[in-house]
Amino acid sequence: MGSQVHGAQKFDNAKRAELVFSEQAMKTAQTIISRYPEGKQKSALLPILHLAQAEFGGWLSPETMDYVASILNIKPVEVFEVASFYTMYNLKPVGKCVLEVCQTSSCWLNGAEDIVKYIEKKLNIKVGETTKDGMFTLKVAECLGSCGTAPMLQCGASYHENLTYEKVDAILETYKNEGRLRSYTDLDYKNTL
Amino acid sequence: MGRKLLIHNDNIPNIHTLEVYRAHGGYASVEKALKTMQPDQITDEVKKSGLRGRGGAGFPTGMKWSFLAKPEGVPRYLVCNADESEPGTFKDRYLMEKIPHALIEGMITSSYALGAKQSYIYIRGEYFYVARILETAIAEAYAAGWLGKNILGTDYSLDLSVQVGGGAYICGEETALLESLEGKRGNPRIKPPFPAVAGLWGCPTVVNNVETIAAVVPIVNMGGEEYAKIGIGKSTGTKLISASGHINKPGVYEIELGVPVEEFIYSEEYCGGIRNGKKLKAVVAGGSSVPILPTELILKTAKGEPRLMTYESLADGGFQTGTMLGSGGFIVMDEDTSIVKNLFTFSRFYHHESCGQCSPCREGTGWIEKILKKFLNGTANESDVDLLWDIQSKIEGKTICPLGEAAAWPVAAAIRHFKHEFIEIAQKKKFVDISHYNRLNQIIA
Repeated sequence: MGSQVHGAQKFDNAKRAELVFSEQAMKTAQTIISRYPEGKQKSALLPILHLAQAEFGGWLSPETMDYVASILNIKPVEVFEVASFYTMYNLKPVGKCVLEVCQTSSCWLNGAEDIVKYIEKKLNIKVGETTKDGMFTLKVAECLGSCGTAPMLQCGASYHENLTYEKVDAILETYKNEGRLRSYTDLDYKNTL
Repeated sequence: MGRKLLIHNDNIPNIHTLEVYRAHGGYASVEKALKTMQPDQITDEVKKSGLRGRGGAGFPTGMKWSFLAKPEGVPRYLVCNADESEPGTFKDRYLMEKIPHALIEGMITSSYALGAKQSYIYIRGEYFYVARILETAIAEAYAAGWLGKNILGTDYSLDLSVQVGGGAYICGEETALLESLEGKRGNPRIKPPFPAVAGLWGCPTVVNNVETIAAVVPIVNMGGEEYAKIGIGKSTGTKLISASGHINKPGVYEIELGVPVEEFIYSEEYCGGIRNGKKLKAVVAGGSSVPILPTELILKTAKGEPRLMTYESLADGGFQTGTMLGSGGFIVMDEDTSIVKNLFTFSRFYHHESCGQCSPCREGTGWIEKILKKFLNGTANESDVDLLWDIQSKIEGKTICPLGEAAAWPVAAAIRHFKHEFIEIAQKKKFVDISHYNRLNQIIA
């Protein structure tokens, strides 16, 4: 937990001033907030952080977290303490496609380590690193609830299960051709691979 | 084939839509409950059914519901725990993805029974696409009048929404879940007070697992007594088992509680035996937190009786020779599996997921992972086995929440039943992982 805590980063006021949710995102944020009783809008923090991460480049900069605090009328530190606790929030820039390979028990029993090694070799990066073209970041994840279809990886909202080396090749190829940010909030979640 | 009450319709095309779900008897329990039953009557049926929490703890659901405090003018909440993160467990995902309305129907009937007017489904963040499926189904339910104001023309109104998490196993612990639902770090609370008295925003709250809530539907439809006729002793009804590992047919199976373990592993109706012609070596029967057992103890109790898939039978012998049904995350390991390495993946998991509040857990899980790494790179000593035992014994029972136990028990069980593996690695100063193949048997160089 909290392994992504960053050292002191300079807060960029100019960047902060630029940050504004799109109309669609603001509507979604308001819908989320409306689910809670009056005065309990802080409950919207986790869902809205996902929204903000997707809107602003796939990661949460100090400026982004400050912006989220202003939407919910809470202190910036309340946003930071949550963002630094949960695994899915990136506090450093990541590639457009974050590949998360599950490494726990049943996935390990079914060759997850070999999938990781294969991707490392194919993309010429190590776990935790991003390719030079900014396309892919490779991560390992803990149990993603896909043990019966192991080994597997998650990218954005998509679960890619029953992985083989051929399937990994196809996934990388497709994502490279699409060339876009894949976030957890993608509505286009149907896994076609 | 045993009776199925939860996922009997999983193969019907478009069963995830309200139209098809309704056409196959869906939402009958809501009609029966709202039109013909008082809330307390429903709780009575759940008590009679003997239903136990299906998330892993197995606490009697009817009893949990009856603990709910009911002060005047204070809102009550029902929160569904869809945080499914126990390694080896994927049955809630299956149910929510295939038959989302089963959960929604259960939520409506249960919320009515508990007097909740606002309910939430807290789902782990990684299941984002499942959250979308649930939201689509909830929108269908609102449009058809199963949710919202004056359902079926009665006095009862209910709002239901889905809340996504941010990636934290600890948020499966009910009080950490409530902290997360309140927009905070997932640090478990000290109990008492229990959520039934002071839960979400300090109000009386019941937190139940997905499968538990889904089970309320058949219980209301058939009556608690009928439900209790299925199963054995205090293990009534059916359970969803997530079977994975080195078996021929991994997947989610709904079983009547009481199926023999040997049948579950080897029969074509279920796991279909060990693949590649290998022999069984060990099983983790209920998710990573429960003790691992070797072949002879998973198939039979220490007394020599056949082991059954029930809470009681799996726990026969305590932790000396038994285990637990837990979440039903059934992980099967063949003869080539390194128990030490499997334990390492568990320990790495618990260290990563510790919230950090309690020193024994925060530090202890880290030390366990470090020492197991020594085994994996062949630098461990025999005394490290005793050190592992010592550390886990100092975590167990000394933490705010059961993640401490969950981290300690696998270490104790691995040493208790497979000590020779640890010793061999320490003596030879060498570790070789020979289990280098994936499901399609691609041997890696």
